[in-house]
Amino acid sequence: MSHISILMENQPGALSRVVGLFSQRGYNIDSLSVAPTNDSSLSRLTMVVKEEESVISQILKQLNKVIDVVEVQNLSDVECVSLEIAIVKLKITEEEAKRIIDNAFPVIGEIINHKDKFVMIKVTGSNHEVDDFLLSLNKQNFLEVTRSGLLGMGTGENFLISESETTIEY
Amino acid sequence: MKKESGGSALIRALADENVDLLFGYPGGAALHIYDAIYQQDKVQHILVRHEQAAVHAADGYARATGKVGTVLVTSGPGATNAITGIATAYMDSIPLVVISGQVASHLIGTDAFQETDMMGISRPIVKHSFLIQSPEEIPEVVKKAFIIAKTGKPGPVVIDVPKDMTDPNHLFDYQYPKEIKMRSYSAPSEVEESHIEEAVSLLENAKKPVLYAGGGIIQGNASEELMKLANIINAPVTNTLMGLGAFPASHNNFIGMLGMHGTYEANMAMHESDLIFALGSRFDDRTTNNPQKYSLNAKKIHLDCDYGSIEKIINVDVSLNGDAKKILNQILKKIDPKNIDKASIELWNKEIQNWRETHGLNHDLLDKKFHQKQILPQQVIQSLYKSTNGKAFITSDVGQHQMFAAQYYKFDEPRKWINSGGLGTMGFGLPSAMGVKFAYPDEDVVCVTGEGSIQMCIQELSTCMQYGLPVKIINLNNRALGMVKQWQDMQYGGRYSSILYEDSLPDFVKLAESYGHVGMKVEDISELEERMDECISMKDKLVFMDVYVDPEEHVYPMLEAGGNMSEMRVSKTKKTF
Repeated sequence: MSHISILMENQPGALSRVVGLFSQRGYNIDSLSVAPTNDSSLSRLTMVVKEEESVISQILKQLNKVIDVVEVQNLSDVECVSLEIAIVKLKITEEEAKRIIDNAFPVIGEIINHKDKFVMIKVTGSNHEVDDFLLSLNKQNFLEVTRSGLLGMGTGENFLISESETTIEY
Repeated sequence: MKKESGGSALIRALADENVDLLFGYPGGAALHIYDAIYQQDKVQHILVRHEQAAVHAADGYARATGKVGTVLVTSGPGATNAITGIATAYMDSIPLVVISGQVASHLIGTDAFQETDMMGISRPIVKHSFLIQSPEEIPEVVKKAFIIAKTGKPGPVVIDVPKDMTDPNHLFDYQYPKEIKMRSYSAPSEVEESHIEEAVSLLENAKKPVLYAGGGIIQGNASEELMKLANIINAPVTNTLMGLGAFPASHNNFIGMLGMHGTYEANMAMHESDLIFALGSRFDDRTTNNPQKYSLNAKKIHLDCDYGSIEKIINVDVSLNGDAKKILNQILKKIDPKNIDKASIELWNKEIQNWRETHGLNHDLLDKKFHQKQILPQQVIQSLYKSTNGKAFITSDVGQHQMFAAQYYKFDEPRKWINSGGLGTMGFGLPSAMGVKFAYPDEDVVCVTGEGSIQMCIQELSTCMQYGLPVKIINLNNRALGMVKQWQDMQYGGRYSSILYEDSLPDFVKLAESYGHVGMKVEDISELEERMDECISMKDKLVFMDVYVDPEEHVYPMLEAGGNMSEMRVSKTKKTF
């Protein structure tokens, strides 16, 4: 499994080039999250890919070749923090929800909505922790889940920086 | 400063890129652009008969000249017809800029008349693509498209232009940018000196080296450097199908094409080698056979401008990512002839010579008047070689005739052999020959084809008449889809599924004549050479020479599927394994 961060042009079609590359070359994406960054001309995309190391190295090369891709970082190669957020909807009372949250360690849970007979809980943790938490829920009450996909960022000076613009004359 | 509309800016930008020929076909969404073409005289538009042919013609032009080929098509079916041509160029890394008309911006996504999502449909087969979002950005996008198409690993770039972006009533100040900024696209970095040293050390210590050169040497204009290296080491050189001409076929060190239908000696040399230096070749499956059994005793050096090609199929000991000419010059500076094991390499060349004598190609088929009832296709290629003194540009379609041309026409110069190697596109031969002939009107340009392939773009005979393009068409007519037939003979017990035309073939002589060209039919070996001379000597006529060849002939050698590089069939009855 590899955790990859990509900085790409915030342009129509850019995301489809990246995602298309995966289907075109037969690579599997486990999770994917994408949103603009503090520089509005750039989007940051974080993905988890379950492939062998030789395939990952091909993926990184092929990603770098996509013209809209500005920078690629394999978070698995650097010290990084990573986490995933999930929202679950359960058909339980608020009391029961609180009990679930109290026992949820190591994930951190919080009730974010309570309407009619339904409670929504937000949980945060590593993707395995979130997996384990979801498995621990009673299937009969467990109605829906949405997950952010694993987010991540290199620590300290492990920046995902965009290279300075290349000026090409000819 | 003269004001331009989006349409006229587009054509002016092409002129500023020194584009002289634009191959295309008009239609509704492109009409503003076509009106702009009419009102200037710098860029000549060539009207083809089908958009696929426009792309192949631009492709042939690009392969022969090294320049960027340029295409203009309309939206919808114009764009989708161009797709096969774009994919062909993509697989062979040919620099093209393909401009497609698109429905007006406000109609995109509404299933408007002649709307197709060109950005989406072309995405996996382009190096990059642009959708024009304002007329003012057109000059900059054109500049970027040309830079992207021709630098690094070349490839096709699509510019999709919604009709409202070319509105003749919307005028703006035109300025063609001198330079552009792209933060996400840069030239390949320099190769580390240590990599050069490792490569040199391997080359100096090799006892059984092979230089395995591909299309990258042609695209990278590095043939001279390759020649110097081969001469210093006295190393055997094999070319891939895409690399034919990168190293001269008449040179003593040339051991022929390698791969699926490569020579026996080239494939054996790859198998027995102790050092394979891949130069601008990508270990394509047609040249490696089974990668698990591929040249297990050889160390490998891989030079390629595309780092994505390095270690994609075969792991290597030294990788050299960058410009072939530059890297080869670095190697030439470092390599010391004194350190080369000349005696071992002499023995190695003898071993290869022995292989050649055992199962090498028979280059005497024509001269020895090897007679049987029917003309052999190889004899036709040999006759063509003689009549053109080996100097012609040869384009081909796809199938047995392509392999016979690759094996028997000895290419001594780069850019003379023009074929669809990666995608294997039938229909490529005639339109690409048109592109070559436009670029080199005084040279012999010959399309070697078969009666199957030629019918896929035969309508271009009309374009050839309109523009006076006296290309020569050598049709190896075996009355069947020959390569498929060969496989059906070998692997499907001779069950000929859907490869025969049942007497429905046209009379190609009359067909050529009806377009205003010259047609010839040759069935007898005794008249082959004379008719070939006659055909080639008609410098101002397109001649369609329909040669009836032996329908039972197979292409050999042929690598055995799943085997290593030494496992070949060398004739219908002989195997090496």
